[in-house]
Amino acid sequence: MLSVPCPWCGPRDETEFRYGGQAHVAYPDDPATLSDAEWAEYLFMHDNPKGWFAERWFHTAGCRRWFDVVRHTVTYAFEAPR
Amino acid sequence: MTHPDFLWADPSPKRGYDVVVIGAGGHGLATAYYLARNHGITNVAVLERGWLAGGNMARNTTIIRSNYLWDASAAIYEHSLKLWEGLSEELDYDILFSQRGVLNLAHSLPDVREGVRRVNANRLNGVDAEWLTPAEVKKLVPIINTSQELRYPVLGATFQPRAGIAKHDYVAWAFARAAHRLGVHLIQNCEVTGFLRDGDRVTGVETSRGTIEAARVALCAAGHTSVLAASLGFRLPLASHPLQALVSELLEQVLDTVVMSNAIHVYVSQAHKGELVMGAGVDAYNGYGQRGSFHVIESQMAAAVELFPIFARAHVLRTWAGIVDVSPDASPVLGLTPVEDVFVNCGWGTGGFKATPGAGWVYADTIAHGRPHPLAAPFALDRFTTGALVDEHGAAAVAH
Ligand SMILES: Cc1cc2nc3c(=O)[nH]c(=O)nc-3n(C[C@H](O)[C@H](O)[C@H](O)COP(=O)(O)OP(=O)(O)OC[C@H]3O[C@@H](n4cnc5c(N)ncnc54)[C@H](O)[C@@H]3O)c2cc1C
Ligand SMILES: [Zn+2]
Repeated sequence: MLSVPCPWCGPRDETEFRYGGQAHVAYPDDPATLSDAEWAEYLFMHDNPKGWFAERWFHTAGCRRWFDVVRHTVTYAFEAPR
Repeated sequence: MTHPDFLWADPSPKRGYDVVVIGAGGHGLATAYYLARNHGITNVAVLERGWLAGGNMARNTTIIRSNYLWDASAAIYEHSLKLWEGLSEELDYDILFSQRGVLNLAHSLPDVREGVRRVNANRLNGVDAEWLTPAEVKKLVPIINTSQELRYPVLGATFQPRAGIAKHDYVAWAFARAAHRLGVHLIQNCEVTGFLRDGDRVTGVETSRGTIEAARVALCAAGHTSVLAASLGFRLPLASHPLQALVSELLEQVLDTVVMSNAIHVYVSQAHKGELVMGAGVDAYNGYGQRGSFHVIESQMAAAVELFPIFARAHVLRTWAGIVDVSPDASPVLGLTPVEDVFVNCGWGTGGFKATPGAGWVYADTIAHGRPHPLAAPFALDRFTTGALVDEHGAAAVAH
């Protein structure tokens, strides 16, 4: 099981969290003007790297806050929180 | 004792091929076979970074069925199931295809409604399907607990009698031998690391065993497809996740069909030798590590023991994981790509073993003609732009 470093609660068992996928996918500034292709990019085309990945977690059974971490998708190691 | 004959050769790569297939899993091998068999395209290489069928093909739990909800899915999976029915003969190799039936259990009223709806949709599409009451489930699977006292009682099940399992290794070896006999090169320890380009076109691949020219390139890399697409400069709507499974020690025969439960997240069959084969859903996070978290195993075991109390005494022999390429609508991506002469077959996620012959057939036709096979057309990449998704979460959410 992963030990997920919550920036507010410290490292906790993975079962306390929900996974949120890629971090920094900004909601479109002006959704009404988006083309179909831009919607597809926003909704579906997320990064899926083999290596370091900035991702979101939600501490469901703890502080109930979202946060971003950088984790390696092969070793599953988390980058030390700054 | 002498070593049994090798089923295929181990050639060095030639300078170039008409088609280079990337990935020697089930799909890559079947694609190469049907390119040769159906289209006479035999100047083909299948490049594999590891050993032949050492990826998900060696790690899946071999459930084969075609009882998907939507017309497009029923069509391609049923095409595949029909090919399975003749595959041992076609490939002249007993792949232990066993049509022992698959049950999908319902544990809540929404499950029941989804199941009955799916049975009706299946029948309209010519897919065999029945709705079973709890008593009928119990008759078919005497060891199952149908007590209505359970937290998630069995309220019924869909049943596809023609569904079943096969021996995954034999399937890979059978396709490999048949492709080899038709002249296909199967090249192992050959990782594709980049692509040769001429403007918008791809003209070959860079590999760990040198440069190989190719008139056409067919991606068949399952969990690694996003990595290849990134180096080609386009994005795919995929997330690669660990998917785990486990087997017990060898036991007396206690289960002669396949039981799946989406709601409580476990499915189980008993392999020919006697081990219970179990699996569930993916680990939540993106991962290429071919291993997952133990709590996922623990919760599927809890579900299995609740449904099958006699499993409480069985021991886990082994757990493992593959890397599955999950798409947003739980349907594959099959067809052309933004790069000329590059084709894609991916997104089968947790359920592509059953599609092995069907996907290979349809993909080979797509590559040979440079346009989507009619069964592949609904699964084109542009559905994520048009919005015409093939949402199979109901039929595929867990599973396989
Ligand atoms: C635990 C588990 C249980 C499953 N259960 C079922 C089930 O019951 N029923 C079902 O229908 N499906 C199931 N699946 C899904 C099924 O296994 C996959 O959808 C299917 O195997 C994918 O196609 P494939 O066989 O071609 O993939 P793979 O066997 O993974 O083949 C892809 C190949 O590409 C190679 N490759 C990757 N990158 C490169 C590169 N750069 N250069 C060269 N080669 C490369 C890999 O090494 C690999 O061998 C399961 C999967 C897992 C992991
Ligand atoms: Zn917290």
